[in-house]
Amino acid sequence: MPRIKVARKSTAIDMTAMCDVAFLLLTFFILTATARQPEPLPVDTPASTVKFKLPDIDIATLTVGQEKVFFGVPGQPIRIRTLELMSEKYQMTFTDEEKLRFSLMESFGVPIGNLKQIIMLKGDERNAAGLQPGIPTDSVGQRPSELHNWLLSARYATKELNNVDMRVSIKGDSREEYPSIKKILGILQEQNINKFSLITSLRADEK
Amino acid sequence: MAELDTSGGGKNKGGKVRSKKQSTRVDLTAMVDLAFLLITFFMLTTTLAKPQAMDLAMPDKEKDDQQELTVADNRTMTILLGDNNRIEWYMGLVDKPLTPPQVDNYGRNGIRKALVEYSKKVIATTGDPSKGLIVLIKPSDQSNYRNFVDILDEMKVSNIDRYAIVEISQPDIALLKRDGLYK
Repeated sequence: MPRIKVARKSTAIDMTAMCDVAFLLLTFFILTATARQPEPLPVDTPASTVKFKLPDIDIATLTVGQEKVFFGVPGQPIRIRTLELMSEKYQMTFTDEEKLRFSLMESFGVPIGNLKQIIMLKGDERNAAGLQPGIPTDSVGQRPSELHNWLLSARYATKELNNVDMRVSIKGDSREEYPSIKKILGILQEQNINKFSLITSLRADEK
Repeated sequence: MAELDTSGGGKNKGGKVRSKKQSTRVDLTAMVDLAFLLITFFMLTTTLAKPQAMDLAMPDKEKDDQQELTVADNRTMTILLGDNNRIEWYMGLVDKPLTPPQVDNYGRNGIRKALVEYSKKVIATTGDPSKGLIVLIKPSDQSNYRNFVDILDEMKVSNIDRYAIVEISQPDIALLKRDGLYK
């Protein structure tokens, strides 16, 4: 019986195609990954065991720490519209350049009177610790607080542009005392926002 | 090995230097390894960096709310959040608690035991799984945000779906003061 001879082949594989695919994927992931913006108010979020991911769009974030409140909405068009609505309420005018610069700000925490100064600062100057004093949460006489108006404007803007209801998330610092959280919950409830998300970091299971 | 064949560049001085012909093939294995490593890194970091969110629903804040719900006091547990990450809890009402108020702490060996025990007990006494334990969470001014999130997390862990965040009352503060959980 003749034995079938298997031709000895080289074990080297042509890697070119694999390399192409790998780099294509790599490029894709690098480009789609969004760079993390530096935060003007760094907070240490408490841990929980919940495993629910926060959506990226149509959700405003209230950052609470050191008894200051910072506000941020995602999406440039929404930010511009929010600023326009706010400028109507407070009789201020913003130039197109200021609006554009504002739309690039991830979050901010200044009274509306100082907003222009903050807008004109450079990105890294803006995030200097202690520069921004937080958005006023106290109502003045009959007028609702500025935070109330920012939330309301952002909700209107989101509804106008995306036709969805804006959600609100609260990102609080672990050591923040409860009264300042209670105040913010009160402001949200005044606007009948009764459902919101608390941002937490993931805790390893302890079972 | 990984060198490009640069021969044939032509007229060297003398023209006699002839380099050995080498293969133009490059070994791509290491490069592919590196590329996949980076891919894995980017994939994991983009999905893991997303923050986790805990949903919280508060009751409507209607000013003229007439429909006061009356619930049996043997189904309600009140949890008071005090200072220094401590809790005090009791069953029933503050002026005549069914169990003596007890100081506890957060986590698996703390309040969770009581929560699990009483949620079983309450269902056993009412005999109806839909009539489970109701937890009232009353954060005092000296508790912090971490305590607040922790206690909500405990509710999730021990499967208690009926809980409410209630403003703390004067008798409750007095109770916390008596046991040294409030300055």
